[in-house]
Amino acid sequence: MSEFLMPKLGADMTAGTLVAWRKKPGESVRRGDIMAEVDTDKGVIDIEAFTDGVVETLLAEPGANVPVGMPLARIRAAGEEAIAATPAPAAPLPPAVAQTTSAAAAVPGLPPALSMDELSRLRISPSARQRARELGVDPRLIEGTGRGGAITREDIERAATSRAAPPPPAASPPIPAPTPKTSAEGPERNRRMRQAIAAAMSRANREIPHYYLSTTIELKPALDWLAKQNEQRPITERLLYGVLLLKATAMALREVPELNAFWREDRLFPQTSIHLGVAVSLRGGGLIAPALHDADKKSLDELMRELRDLVARVRSGGLRSSELADPTITVTSLGEQGVEAVYGVIYPPQVALVGFGKVVERPWCAGGQIVPRPVITATLAGDHRATDGHRGGVFLAAVDRLLQEPENL
Amino acid sequence: MTEAEIREAVLTVLSDIAPEADLGRLKPQARLRDQLDIDSMDFLNFVIGLHRALHVEIPERDYGRLATLSGCIEYLASAACQQKA
Repeated sequence: MSEFLMPKLGADMTAGTLVAWRKKPGESVRRGDIMAEVDTDKGVIDIEAFTDGVVETLLAEPGANVPVGMPLARIRAAGEEAIAATPAPAAPLPPAVAQTTSAAAAVPGLPPALSMDELSRLRISPSARQRARELGVDPRLIEGTGRGGAITREDIERAATSRAAPPPPAASPPIPAPTPKTSAEGPERNRRMRQAIAAAMSRANREIPHYYLSTTIELKPALDWLAKQNEQRPITERLLYGVLLLKATAMALREVPELNAFWREDRLFPQTSIHLGVAVSLRGGGLIAPALHDADKKSLDELMRELRDLVARVRSGGLRSSELADPTITVTSLGEQGVEAVYGVIYPPQVALVGFGKVVERPWCAGGQIVPRPVITATLAGDHRATDGHRGGVFLAAVDRLLQEPENL
Repeated sequence: MTEAEIREAVLTVLSDIAPEADLGRLKPQARLRDQLDIDSMDFLNFVIGLHRALHVEIPERDYGRLATLSGCIEYLASAACQQKA
């Protein structure tokens, strides 16, 4: 029998609120299956099982705020006997440490969690989807009035109000209408995310002696190669240059593995897998840096596909616990906003952060001539407890070298 | 396809990418990227969305012509015409 625990999804997480179970007692699970949805300061996250077996007991109810490390369910390993054939006294639910105040928790009969498949077929914006979750409205039953039949926040709120109105034959006691918190959730989510970022970044600045390195990389070979590639590709399979930067970063980390590591209790723990945390900014503020797993081993096409999927899920929900828990280094690219260089703050317990600025055309010396060339500024923020500037320099030089031969990425 | 139909299609694709935006306030001559906080991934999804909605091929070298709402409408109208011919 093993226990399915509330995972720690980031250095600053202390507890999460169970939103919904995705497995029932008696159902079999495989490692990696989604067990539950948990609301954290990074949004609602799909929590994966870490073992194969059969769900024996669920120990927490939706709405409960459960501290990190507390059991959420028991999972019986394959072949193991069920605890009792006779109906055992139900395992006591741990007292909810703090009931959430969110409307979702208070609404009886929350609609069943929608599968990603169902969600992707619905035309509904992330904010409307969030609202539906809060108000306990099933978006599948709503006719959208937005552009192209899209379901809007207003549609969700209207549906919630009409449903909560007392039914005409007032036989059953009317369900108390959830107090519509018209604008509370957005700012509330934002406030919690800011607090999480504040906690992690304050700790980083307090504890990590950062050093910063920067280099300018000529991108003409990479961009020319990419343009040629994309010319032959249908629109849906085109690559972004950012994917080349990610692959070059992952490959360079193989050469300087001590940057791909965690610093814990005064010791460096190098990681064998390279999981790039890709900083994705959220519309309306905040950012999340979920992992692109084993980035050094994936082709550019695979990375592109996974990056698209990851960005979509950061913005509309469905991130998995493993993606939040295990990035081994972070890559941030602020070039989109137009800055030429970014000097980042390391996300503990990681020991390095790689930054890419905007691609700009600059005078460049090549073969004794001054020529205009597209260039990008790559930076490294390193933890001086873990590595020295020399090794950081070797890493940035490797990124540069790898980007000069894009066909080998 | 009329200009109004193309405009409607462009706005529908944009509403998927920036669901919180008030598209009625878009300035036709100003860059979409600046008005809607669009990054390169959003832009790629925008181009893919236009391709799916209007069945036009959009080579990467033409991306620059899709920078503004009026640019999009003009480009897509002529592309739809040519590619039909």
